[in-house]
Amino acid sequence: MTAISTSAITPGRQGLMGRLSDLFWRRPNLLLVLMLVPPLLWLGIIYVGSLFALLLQSFFSIDEFSGLINYEFTLATYGELLRPANFDIILRTLLMSAAVTLASAVIAFPIAYYAARYAKGRWKAVFYLGIMLPLWSSYLVKVYAWKLILAKEGILTWIFAKLHLTWLLDGLLAIPVIGGNSLSISYLGTFIVFVYVWLPFMILPTQAALERVPGNLIEASGDLGADSRQTFRHVLFPLALPGIVAGSIFTFSLTMGDYIIPQIVGTSRLFIGQAVYAQQGTAGNIPLAAAFSVVPIVIMGIYLTIAKRMGAFDAL
Amino acid sequence: MRSDRSQSAGLSLKIAAGLGLAFLHLPILLIFVYAFTTEEKSFQWPPPGFTTKWFAVAWNRPDIWEALTLSVKVASIATVIAMVLGTLAAAAVARTKFFGREVISLLVILPIALPGIITGIALRSAFSLADIPFTFWTIILGHATFCVVVVYNNAVARFRRTSGSLIEASMDLGADGFQTFRHVILPNIATALLAGGMLAFALSFDEVIVTTFTAGQQSTLPIWMLEELIRPRQRPVTNVVAMIVVIVTFLPILAAYYLTRDTDQIAGSGK
Repeated sequence: MTAISTSAITPGRQGLMGRLSDLFWRRPNLLLVLMLVPPLLWLGIIYVGSLFALLLQSFFSIDEFSGLINYEFTLATYGELLRPANFDIILRTLLMSAAVTLASAVIAFPIAYYAARYAKGRWKAVFYLGIMLPLWSSYLVKVYAWKLILAKEGILTWIFAKLHLTWLLDGLLAIPVIGGNSLSISYLGTFIVFVYVWLPFMILPTQAALERVPGNLIEASGDLGADSRQTFRHVLFPLALPGIVAGSIFTFSLTMGDYIIPQIVGTSRLFIGQAVYAQQGTAGNIPLAAAFSVVPIVIMGIYLTIAKRMGAFDAL
Repeated sequence: MRSDRSQSAGLSLKIAAGLGLAFLHLPILLIFVYAFTTEEKSFQWPPPGFTTKWFAVAWNRPDIWEALTLSVKVASIATVIAMVLGTLAAAAVARTKFFGREVISLLVILPIALPGIITGIALRSAFSLADIPFTFWTIILGHATFCVVVVYNNAVARFRRTSGSLIEASMDLGADGFQTFRHVILPNIATALLAGGMLAFALSFDEVIVTTFTAGQQSTLPIWMLEELIRPRQRPVTNVVAMIVVIVTFLPILAAYYLTRDTDQIAGSGK
């Protein structure tokens, strides 16, 4: 329909609103631009602008004596990331993110598979809400709950004692590096809390991928003589992989950027998020904080490129 | 159908799925027990006794009320802003194919895809560069930014299902653009918007990472909790607040679920 034919049928509308309406009808691009301007202004200027300002500051350095920021282009701040103390932080964070991602994938799979293939009707809703409620319930409350559970006088120690398994808990805590005085001040504790908090982010995409696997494919595999392990290995797992990779984007990125969980449950050794927080806060070294925060951005950039190649975005 | 096997799951799968769900829920339920404990100094299990007195203590604490009021105000305003911006972006992306559509989607998703600490520190350094003091509005600025995406996701999904011919029919029958919006488009997308808004509210009400960077000395309820976690003053009161927060955030999530459950895209599946 063109502008000419509309005006041939009816005369132009009266009043401000009517004229505006006609104007938008004749020039849909004007309406489009008007709709796009507010979100673009907000996200483009406030958000992306801030991000660029932050990136820019990572190319400045801090004067060691005065503590003032030296506004000259330099890569020295990035060089500082390679100092053993700082590099350890990066390495530790990456190892933790990888471990959390693997563990979440293993725990998520049975839940996702059951929800996708066997849960019907009412049970479907139960599973959906059963995953959604923990996902959306307060992050801090979840962390707090684990502080209660992992405390030395808490429920986990009690359960181990009741089952006469205290030796097992002590044995776990005695393992060098990941152990410690109690679960709430060990890497093991940090790891458990991370897995708990990010698990729903792994379940949802895995479930979405599994829901697209036709049931008769599994049956065909069984009919052709594969046992359930072979079916999993050669049929189910490859088809679920894009979903698992999509979930791993969340678990990896969220673990890498978190600074509250390791602060509340864990050792005093820093993770990237804590380093960023400490550098911009008490240390007042914004350039180093900015350089630190570039690390997760770059790693996620690489991660997303690989994930895209593996078809993970179709599973989202 | 040859086999009944496919109709019911194996025992080990059932156990693994059941244990997984239990792992997700038991920790939250534990909070409910701790809210009634008589033990003040430690997290002792089993609780030595049960009492409801901490509810009264929490009720009479002005700092909790202040934090709660601030959180509700921030979440309400951030939600309204996010609903306007998210709907506009969704409508633009849904109705026309234009150059740079992908960029808009990316831009909307970015604040939630990047770790919260990056959004937080970026905003904070921008505030300090521009000499903006921390106020109520700096918190809202951060919250609205990452709330846009939940409204956008819900609205885009609904716009995709809403047939364009309905809008054309309305126009053909003589309604102007505003009437079409009021009587045709709005009723179609209303529940999706409401669901998106509720999720945005829940997201903002619970946010702590970005808020620590944009709040200055102000304390929202999550910040209040964070301080109690780092330097505990009265542990049982924290337990009570934690329990109330769980209940308060569950309600909008359940509501959002029931508002959108009959559609193909259910709210909240992409936090």
